[in-house]
Amino acid sequence: MMTLKQSRRLQSALLGTLSWLIAALIFFPIFWMVLTSFKTEIDAFATPPQFIFTPTLENYLHIQERSDYFHFAWNSILISFSATILCLLIAVPAAYSMAFFETKRTKGTLLWMLSTKMLPPVGVLMPIYLLAKTFGLLDSRIALIVIYTLINLPIVVWMIYTYFKDIPGEILEASRLDGATTRQEIFRVLIPICKGGLASTALLSLILCWNEAFWSLNLTSSNAAPLTALIASYSSPEGLFWAKLSAVSTLACAPILIFGWISQKQLVRGLSFGAVK
Amino acid sequence: MKTSANVLLAGTCLTLLSLCTSATAGEVTIATVNNSDMIRMQRLSKTFEEQHKDIKLKWVVLEENVLRQRLTTDIATKGGQFDVLTIGMYEASLWGAKGWLKEMNDLPASYALDDVFPSVRDGLSVDGKLFALPFYAESSITYYRKDLFKAAGLTMPERPTWTQISEFADKLTDKSKEQYGICLRGKAGWGENMALITTVANSFGARWFDEQWKPQFDQPEWKNALTFYTNVMKKDGPPGASSNGFNENLALFNSGKCAIWVDASVAGSFVTDKAQSKVADSVGFTYAPHEVTDKGSAWLYSWALAIPTSAKNDKDARAFTEWATSKEYAALVAEKDGVSNVPPGTRASTYTDAYKQAAPFANITLESLKAVTPKSPTLKPVPYVGIQLVTIPEFQSIGTSVGQQFSAALVGTSTVDQALTNAQSVAEREMKRAGYPKKG
Repeated sequence: MMTLKQSRRLQSALLGTLSWLIAALIFFPIFWMVLTSFKTEIDAFATPPQFIFTPTLENYLHIQERSDYFHFAWNSILISFSATILCLLIAVPAAYSMAFFETKRTKGTLLWMLSTKMLPPVGVLMPIYLLAKTFGLLDSRIALIVIYTLINLPIVVWMIYTYFKDIPGEILEASRLDGATTRQEIFRVLIPICKGGLASTALLSLILCWNEAFWSLNLTSSNAAPLTALIASYSSPEGLFWAKLSAVSTLACAPILIFGWISQKQLVRGLSFGAVK
Repeated sequence: MKTSANVLLAGTCLTLLSLCTSATAGEVTIATVNNSDMIRMQRLSKTFEEQHKDIKLKWVVLEENVLRQRLTTDIATKGGQFDVLTIGMYEASLWGAKGWLKEMNDLPASYALDDVFPSVRDGLSVDGKLFALPFYAESSITYYRKDLFKAAGLTMPERPTWTQISEFADKLTDKSKEQYGICLRGKAGWGENMALITTVANSFGARWFDEQWKPQFDQPEWKNALTFYTNVMKKDGPPGASSNGFNENLALFNSGKCAIWVDASVAGSFVTDKAQSKVADSVGFTYAPHEVTDKGSAWLYSWALAIPTSAKNDKDARAFTEWATSKEYAALVAEKDGVSNVPPGTRASTYTDAYKQAAPFANITLESLKAVTPKSPTLKPVPYVGIQLVTIPEFQSIGTSVGQQFSAALVGTSTVDQALTNAQSVAEREMKRAGYPKKG
């Protein structure tokens, strides 16, 4: 007969194994991409797929020879960080007013904001393209920053709104009794309390900007093209390209992956913020 | 805290202001497709920049479908993002007729326009006006495994029929060894399966439209062609053939899994390259198969360089397009990368003895390119120009829809008859909507 302690230990071991399996399943495409980047094109196309092969750096050398990786990476960094900062600058006051000065239209406004995410981007390609052309913003970083800000704003407002809602109104009342202005309330009370949540929101916005491909492919050509455009340039209709594509994808993922790794503590804290009261 | 908030705001504003970028004088932005010849052009263009110190080239390399969509959006809205466009014959004809491309007139004598094959020149012209300069051209040819043919005691004729190809494929298929008699395109799309199937249909005597622009999928020639294609592929083709395009079939052939492959002549350099082909030493080449006619049995395609009327720097763009499609560039490629890498199919002067010796598929390609007649592509008369495509704006949409129907017939989710009936109704509906037959 299994004791309660043994049963708990078994349950924990099973859950642990399941977690590892799910993690391995999620990580496998990334692992395969990195592995393929060290194969020759013929090895990359081999069937059955090869796990054991002679690794080569020729794909990375080819990319270095053909493309200015740092130009694309710099554009990605500049566009993603600028759009995220701009997004937070707009979203924090918006979420503040919605969370603490709720009206009968607040819920409807929030839902309406989210509904804009349901429109397929290609539906507004032509109007946005023509607007960008009219304002001379084709192939400019500023166009992507504005678009990424607007695309991510609904999600960012929603996330910050939920974090703010978890903060008891009494804390703000107390700060007001101490003579705090609105700006002091936001910067000295709210932001320090939910900085974990804000960090995870910022990270999510950053990742979404970094990975966005539709607008970057359609609105940029050379000057403002980010890493997603670089990846697209390695897909080919003629000839084998999987290994080179994997190498350039690995290079494109690396910066954001490292950044995410470093800030995972904030991310986990942010995601679990308010989960336990 | 107040100070830091202000600093953050000011910093953001300054960053945003510094983000506006604009083109500089002397810059030429070139949109091109990602294939080996174009990447070589990008690499060797440093020579052009050395010769023209005041011109700086900027490259936008894209996958074919993305490139087409980007260029169409840009040229239709006069976006002016690109100074040089890499386009095919389809776009050259349509965009040239609309006045979206600059005419390539007054070419210098040193360019030797007469050296360019007439079929290629015609394909890039509208009413005798040339709108793009050809970079390379291709036809379709047959690749086969000489070692497998020899072992089976078979001989590939110089000009095989589809029926013969089917018989060979049948004898060479050994599914237990993952060896398939034939590999053909099955992936749906006007530039994918429909390019191949249209040449099969042409050789069975079919045509897309009659002289009154009425779709012809209800005619027996189409039924014969599609029945042949689906039967041979189901019997002797690889599994999952409906997902196979050029690249997938190239990978199958290079890994030794296909005995016969009919596709673009540009693959000749890939299948004979030992770095990527396991069967490089045993590949044979012959003409694309025919059946009741050889008219339209091999296609014609060309990647060419054009300058949009919206180009910001058309003078320098013109200098570059002339250089990249010149004899001088061909000589540069031969010197730097070897004669077999010279862009094929555009100039008679390319086909020297040295080239023919280095590229064993050169003669077949050359003769195929000389034989094609895009203005009279089928056995019966047609109102359109184009062998594997129909040069009308509606073709991309119709071609892809029909391609999806034929792909379904290959998978087996519909019959040949159903696929043809659906194709007929799709084509009739689209043509009616587009106002065909056009008056005047």
